[in-house]
Amino acid sequence: MIEMNRVSKRYGQTVASVDDLSLTVPEGTTVALIGPSGCGKTTTMRMINRLIEPSSGSIKVNGRDVMELDPVQLRRGIGYVIQQVGLFPHVTIAENIATVPRLLRWDRARTERRVDELLEIVGLEPAQMRGRYPHQLSGGQRQRVGVARALAVDPPVLLMDEPFGAIDPVARGRLQSEFRQILARIRKTVVMVTHDLDEAVTMGDRVAIMRQGRIVQYDTPDVVLSKPVDDFVADFVGSERALKRLALFGVAERMSKSPPRSTAPAISRNANLREALSAMVGSGSDRLAVVNAEGIAIGELHRDRIFTP
Amino acid sequence: MRRLSWAPRLSHDGNREVKWTPTHIPEIAQATLQHLGLSVGAVAIGLALALLVGVPSARRPRVYAIALTACNFVFVIPSLALFALLIPYVGLGTKPALIGLTLYCLLILLRNVVTGLRTVSEDVLDAADGMGLHPIQRLLAVELPLALPLIVSGIRIALVTTIGIATVAAFIDAGGLGTIILSGIDQNYTEKILVGGGLTAFLAIACDLALSRAEKSLTPWR
Amino acid sequence: MFTVAFDWILAHPTLFNRALERHLTMCAIAIGLGLTIGLGLALSIVNSRRLAAVAVNGVNALRTVPSLAILALMMPLLGIGIWPAVVALTILAIPPILLNSYVGLRDVDPTVLDAAVGMGMTRGQILRKTRLPLAAPAIFAGARTATVQVLAGATLAPFIGGGGLGDFIAQGIGMMDSARMLVGAIPIALLALTAEFSLGSLEKLLFTPRVGK
Repeated sequence: MIEMNRVSKRYGQTVASVDDLSLTVPEGTTVALIGPSGCGKTTTMRMINRLIEPSSGSIKVNGRDVMELDPVQLRRGIGYVIQQVGLFPHVTIAENIATVPRLLRWDRARTERRVDELLEIVGLEPAQMRGRYPHQLSGGQRQRVGVARALAVDPPVLLMDEPFGAIDPVARGRLQSEFRQILARIRKTVVMVTHDLDEAVTMGDRVAIMRQGRIVQYDTPDVVLSKPVDDFVADFVGSERALKRLALFGVAERMSKSPPRSTAPAISRNANLREALSAMVGSGSDRLAVVNAEGIAIGELHRDRIFTP
Repeated sequence: MRRLSWAPRLSHDGNREVKWTPTHIPEIAQATLQHLGLSVGAVAIGLALALLVGVPSARRPRVYAIALTACNFVFVIPSLALFALLIPYVGLGTKPALIGLTLYCLLILLRNVVTGLRTVSEDVLDAADGMGLHPIQRLLAVELPLALPLIVSGIRIALVTTIGIATVAAFIDAGGLGTIILSGIDQNYTEKILVGGGLTAFLAIACDLALSRAEKSLTPWR
Repeated sequence: MFTVAFDWILAHPTLFNRALERHLTMCAIAIGLGLTIGLGLALSIVNSRRLAAVAVNGVNALRTVPSLAILALMMPLLGIGIWPAVVALTILAIPPILLNSYVGLRDVDPTVLDAAVGMGMTRGQILRKTRLPLAAPAIFAGARTATVQVLAGATLAPFIGGGGLGDFIAQGIGMMDSARMLVGAIPIALLALTAEFSLGSLEKLLFTPRVGK
């Protein structure tokens, strides 16, 4: 778990890019830091692994104050993923991922096994990918390798700075949901910086909205979207927040198990309520037939069930 | 032994047949080895110095500017004059030649070392730091390998340039292929001039080609 | 040692000045000729890919021949004295001027040339008003390098009877007299540094992009 207590970062006398910030990230949760440009979200994250040192306040990772640890050792225990990935262009994918294990002097067999394991976790074919060089990969593939590299020695904490910022919009959504599943499976404490509200809401267990170096609201995506604490947050999440909130709930939770009318259009059981609403508006029907992977109807979703909380 | 006479004598006609070379191969070989020794030695020491100065100054523009200007100043001084300026302090022979040639290499090598280090992109450095690489580990495992193509390019240019300048070393008793050229001037012996000059050019071209190949094979990741 | 050298110069002003004059004259003529020939050649090859390749390769090969050898080779062809030295120095000056001028002329922004043609300029006008001015920084850089080369070569000119400040270095070597060597070496070094510094400043002055109002 990560505890930041009254942390500030000052440049010069007057400019505070992070101002008396306190934040607790419970173990095993993903927190998304989001806010307008210059709100201090990246600075906050980079203080956790001491790439930036706080001017005042304390930061504890798993109970130990980061300022008391050797920064190099600290960082080897924290996974770090950045927007441009920063893969080493002159070595292969396998060697990139093996960077920290090598530093910690793992034996070769163990390292190779771990590399293959990680490539599978991030959805890449090990036999194909290990010997390639970064320039031979697409942006999305590179970012997957970046995450694999960060997870190499199974650090308890993972820091991600706009990890999908450089990916084209088409691939981005897919990568986001995939990584949500990966993170859910591996149970890490994750701090993620993003400027994309949809990404924050999709991937975060909690969302921290920042402004001018301070946290304005810190809560689950559901609460932030349904009960913004002030005008700034309301503005920030936008006037479509009710619709965004619908995406947090799945079709399967709200459907009734009764057999559907045969004239109702179909929707996958894995879809969310926003997609369901969109399908209803598009087809002009007030109900949908929920189907499973084989195409067999397993329930019905009525429009009213979307509107009731 | 060298005969130092700076006013060439026209005591006999220039010779135009290839008479001297076949019977003086050992002498030619020795001069060539001396020449290579001086040139490679100067570049090697120059490289060490360039790394010593270049690594800390790659990200410090002001230090780099000062170091570069100093090297530039030395570089424009004609070689014989530079050697002559060194002789009162270190005497004649290999020492002033080696020191002078090393100083000449510095400009090219320093520039390429620093430019090479600067081509490493910021996000690669950030990722390296974030993963917990020590600054020295980062330098050895990431920065220098990525700067290597430019550094090798610098070595190539420095070596080719030094091979040319090293001919002047003959004047100050440091040996090399310049002795053959000088002897050719002394005796008005065209063949010697051609052999000395031709071999020097050949050495320069050979090194250029060899190092070009090396440069290309060092970037499998492009 | 430096003071001994200095005293010698003060005691032999005519000898020194003659050598200095000879040195400067040789260099000036060589650079002038080098610019004319180099620039002229560059202009004539800029439109022909094949001629250019021949010229560039030829000049690159020439650059690998040490300056001492070039000076020495004048002897069987032209004898000894100031003129063979000047010819040799000119040969040293041409490669950097030719290469830089060629690249400078070749790499002029084609859209600018297009505009000039579109405005109805003749070939000569295009050359004078657009190509040359835009290539001027490169040509100047070439001239700067050539100056360094020529000054270096002039140091060796006395060895084929050309005279100049290098004479004193040669005498010093022959007499094992360090002070005499310095009589030649110091002015040569100062000359080189002055030339480099002033040409560098001139380059900045002439070619730094001006901030318009």
